[in-house]
Amino acid sequence: MSRLASSAANRMLCSCQVCNLVSRKTQLAYPAHCPRCGTLLHFRRPASVARCWALLIAAYILYIPANLLTIMETGSLFSYRSDTIMSGIVHLWKTGSWMIAVIVFIASVTIPLLKLISLTLLLISVQRRSLWRPRERTRLFRLIELVGRWSMLDIYVVTLLAALVQLGAMATVKAGPGAVAFGAVVVLTMFAAMQFDPRLIWDPLQRKDLHD
Amino acid sequence: MADRPAQLIACHYCDLLQREIPLNPGCTASCSRCGAVLYRNATDSIDRTLAYTLAAAVLFAVANTFPIFSIEVQGDRSAINLYGAVASLWDQEMKSIALLVLITAIVMPAVELISMTYLLLPLKFRRVPPGCALFMRTLRYVEPWGMVEVFMLGVLVSLVKLTSSFKVIPGIALWSFGALTLLLAAVASSFSARDVWARLEQGNKERGEP
Repeated sequence: MSRLASSAANRMLCSCQVCNLVSRKTQLAYPAHCPRCGTLLHFRRPASVARCWALLIAAYILYIPANLLTIMETGSLFSYRSDTIMSGIVHLWKTGSWMIAVIVFIASVTIPLLKLISLTLLLISVQRRSLWRPRERTRLFRLIELVGRWSMLDIYVVTLLAALVQLGAMATVKAGPGAVAFGAVVVLTMFAAMQFDPRLIWDPLQRKDLHD
Repeated sequence: MADRPAQLIACHYCDLLQREIPLNPGCTASCSRCGAVLYRNATDSIDRTLAYTLAAAVLFAVANTFPIFSIEVQGDRSAINLYGAVASLWDQEMKSIALLVLITAIVMPAVELISMTYLLLPLKFRRVPPGCALFMRTLRYVEPWGMVEVFMLGVLVSLVKLTSSFKVIPGIALWSFGALTLLLAAVASSFSARDVWARLEQGNKERGEP
């Protein structure tokens, strides 16, 4: 690559997270602000790995009640059902709405699991200063950022049904405690992904280049 | 701290330092090392984004006031709009969920639309709005939390779930949400923060400020 093939931080240059302006940050110890928009400048997000781990572990813990507790209760004169995420999907599949079952499965099961596992993988690889496939790992991170929001699907469905179906003895839908835990998992994993600094994936590579 | 090397850009994903190159309209520059998008040359970015934003604001108001859909069982009819759904969940002691929906489906999209209008409307007439850096920062932090498109899918899934046991009547807000989803996607794809900053700097220069 060209003479420029170096990370900005290597040249004491810092890119503003808000306005993308690249400016020189010479005194490491002092806080510096972006000359254009005034945002506090950091070479890397401060305590990125530690904060990301904390949020991720909290998400792992809440993932258990999110899947075991009831997310939605449906009751009427003739029947009563209480559904967890998985049993709701199975019920949808059995009653013939298999398209919707697949959509809900992707949004509520695949995406949260993908986020938890991928972030764990990224954090471990960054801590081990791994040189393994940085391009693919960055792409994985972009994928998490992009699809993470879609897990909110079930929360919206529960909200709409619980608000609309309030017909007393005829039919009533209630949100269950599982929905709270699931909502927390979605929010925590989103914050975790925001705390993760993908530039850390590339730093080991940079140092190596410098020493060679 | 503040001397500025001209025309340099650092990738947000891998921190590779690169030189900016001029782009043809509609083209995208991506990082040569990790492939992330660095910047785009969006045609008429400010005009188009402003138009989409204003249209989206009107639809957003409609989508929030009119019922999304209603169900009918033996003469009993029950309808909801978005705010009603949030209020109902709040009353059912599901306050955290109600808050989550309120923030992601109402507050954040509203903040996004207001900030966009506040920034782009004066810029269109070559004025620099006060506090523009604050609003640009707000836009950046608000963006991941506005989830209108996910809510739209949630509406469709609920619709299918409801049709199995009720007679469902779609409301005006259902169509507005559909159109709003498309318009917000148009806002996101035509907006270019780089153009806004360029225009702001130019405006400040004309007024003789640093």
